[in-house]
Amino acid sequence: MRAETPRAITLALDVPEWPGHRAGQHVDVRLTAEDGYRAQRSYSIASPPLASVLEITVERLEDGEVSPWLAGEAQPGDELELRGPIGGYFVWEPARGGPLLLIAGGSGLVPLMCIERLRRAAAPEIASTLLVSARSQEDLIYAEELSEGAAVVTYTREPPPGWTGYARRVDRAMLTEVAPPPEQRPHCYVCGPTSFVEVVAEALVALGHHRALIKTERFGATGG
Amino acid sequence: MDETMLDGNAAAGDFQELFAVEVTQMVGVCAGCGLTGPLAEAHMFSLAPGLTLRCPGCDAVLARLVHLPDRTLFELRGLLRLEVS
Repeated sequence: MRAETPRAITLALDVPEWPGHRAGQHVDVRLTAEDGYRAQRSYSIASPPLASVLEITVERLEDGEVSPWLAGEAQPGDELELRGPIGGYFVWEPARGGPLLLIAGGSGLVPLMCIERLRRAAAPEIASTLLVSARSQEDLIYAEELSEGAAVVTYTREPPPGWTGYARRVDRAMLTEVAPPPEQRPHCYVCGPTSFVEVVAEALVALGHHRALIKTERFGATGG
Repeated sequence: MDETMLDGNAAAGDFQELFAVEVTQMVGVCAGCGLTGPLAEAHMFSLAPGLTLRCPGCDAVLARLVHLPDRTLFELRGLLRLEVS
């Protein structure tokens, strides 16, 4: 277990007979209460396919049913009911090529980080642009890994003191400055809250990016 | 905008339990407006004990999956066609 932010934690899962996964896939975690009530949520896999451990990153949502336990009460050694790997749509493999344009809102960064980690390890020659929208520095997961120019970060609510980078929501002007031009046919992956995904996907289409190359994943604001 | 809305990606796990193929990758054609796209891009509303997929174009119900104690119902009322490649 590794704290990423005051509200988000990365959990390493030891899954017997894990068949392996593709970058961008998720798992479903199911909790069963003593009275039999069951709650199930999807969590993106953070660790790249080549890694020896399976990791998920969970952000605690105060009114959630699953995340408060995973990112608050779970202890090393606890057992989880897990289903996966799941999903064949929001995935990337080096054979698909690039360039890559990865755009994350909040903890929507998790599956995109999985893709980016795979690219770095297996296909560093493929160009990649990672744009991350976070409310504040305190909310930015994987902050250490994203320092040193690995990502373009925009802070939407509370930029750190002295911040000279972007401090607004992702918009067309920002995408024009940051993203590869549509002529390069970047493979676009957008993940975040529903409204974030809608706005970013619409902006990409308006800028001339190919609809068929834009893959989206929404996690909803009350998903946890 | 309904922030509780997810998308078809989140339905993949439930489908995976029923079918041997990865359903959300399939391209569906909406019987209402003809919009064509992967089910992963459909709008998904998860209200226990089931889930509903709606067309992102016209909001019509494409499919419903409902878990009952003794069986599972899978309704495809709004899908004209599913394409597997």
